[in-house]
Amino acid sequence: MKHLIDIKDFTTEEIDDILLLAENIIEHPDDYSEVCRRKKLATLFFEPSTRTRLSFEAAMLELGGSVLGFSEAQSSSASKGESVSDTVKTVSCYADIIAMRHPKEGAPLLASQRSCVPIINAGDGGHNHPTQTLTDLLTLKRELGKLSGLTIGLCGDLKFGRTVHSLVSAMCNYEDIKLIFISPEELSLPAYVKSELAKHQNVSWRESGSMEEELPSLDAIYMTRVQRERFFNEEDYLRLKDSFILDMEKVGLMKEDAIIMHPLPRVNEISVKVDDDKRACYFRQVSNGKYVRMALIKTLLEVQ
Amino acid sequence: MKVDSIKQGIVLDHIKAGRSMELYHALGLDELDCCIAIIKNVRSEKMGRKDIIKIDADICIDLNVIGYIDPNITVNVIKDERLERKERVVAPRRLVNLVSCNNPRCITMTEQEIEQVFEICDDGVNYRCVYCEAVYAGKK
Repeated sequence: MKHLIDIKDFTTEEIDDILLLAENIIEHPDDYSEVCRRKKLATLFFEPSTRTRLSFEAAMLELGGSVLGFSEAQSSSASKGESVSDTVKTVSCYADIIAMRHPKEGAPLLASQRSCVPIINAGDGGHNHPTQTLTDLLTLKRELGKLSGLTIGLCGDLKFGRTVHSLVSAMCNYEDIKLIFISPEELSLPAYVKSELAKHQNVSWRESGSMEEELPSLDAIYMTRVQRERFFNEEDYLRLKDSFILDMEKVGLMKEDAIIMHPLPRVNEISVKVDDDKRACYFRQVSNGKYVRMALIKTLLEVQ
Repeated sequence: MKVDSIKQGIVLDHIKAGRSMELYHALGLDELDCCIAIIKNVRSEKMGRKDIIKIDADICIDLNVIGYIDPNITVNVIKDERLERKERVVAPRRLVNLVSCNNPRCITMTEQEIEQVFEICDDGVNYRCVYCEAVYAGKK
């Protein structure tokens, strides 16, 4: 039985297989409409979510399976003080696979140690978000036609931005990658992610404080939201939240064939006017999320 | 100052000066009822000053604890007042319930009866919580 807790749980080959399967599902959705018949997905969301939870549920429904679960901790026994371990042991009696989001970092890893069905990490605090990474990889592949030889700028909250941590880890699998981290100093990349980067000679990286300087050289800019819920101090949030905003003037500095990505939700870090630019692909990214989760569920359930 | 040799037991030598009490508590020696000598600030050619702990009992001690606190500590096992062997100490790959994660966002902060597990980082000195990956500074 395999879980997906960290993108590093999958080899490059396994990731590539999931991306290929997702592309095949996009091409031939009818071929997959019954593969999870009589299978149940439990979505345990101890933290609010729109896209991730709904895309997991849509993915399972499109595979012919069914879904159960809860969308906030208050509507589960967690509000009565039940532990993550007990919740997971219970739910794994009802479901064939579990997607879990939790505000505490490491909660899905703990769940995987207690569960008798596959666990998918749907986001744990500011730590990891591997299914968003699969979505991001599929988006890069479909939009740019490749995953190697790319220069990617990651901008915003790189400290608590779990999607960034997982994407950086995944990009280490590919050749000739340049990563440019654009953030306020207080929200720079954590040391453990930098030490992971240091192990890979195929990836070069540097930190920058200027979007304008970096945008012309990028194949993709990956914008992130400064997350209010990760701050213990409201003043710090207010001071940092508008550090980097991508507007049409800045988009004008980008290459014509570059792309703008965002894991969403957005607050104001991308001007709404940018949405109409052909380089803005964050809503196509949302669509890719459903297909890649279909591929992941099918793979982890080992159904034909 | 003279401290008698021991007949049967363990001598922990080359402890960095001032660290013997930390080791004493970490090894749970305070819970033993045998005779234990803690000798602080002993002159040492190699270290300048060092601490020594002599345990006058044939007990098992957790070498991982010693390796975590200082892998340069020498563990001498004494039998019949003679040195029987020296135990090799290395920094352990994994620490279980030896240190606690202090990241307020970590699941170990709220989940009951969860083991505190850390694994050594690539630098061979620091440790990383297996749950949240927060780095805990190792003993230098």
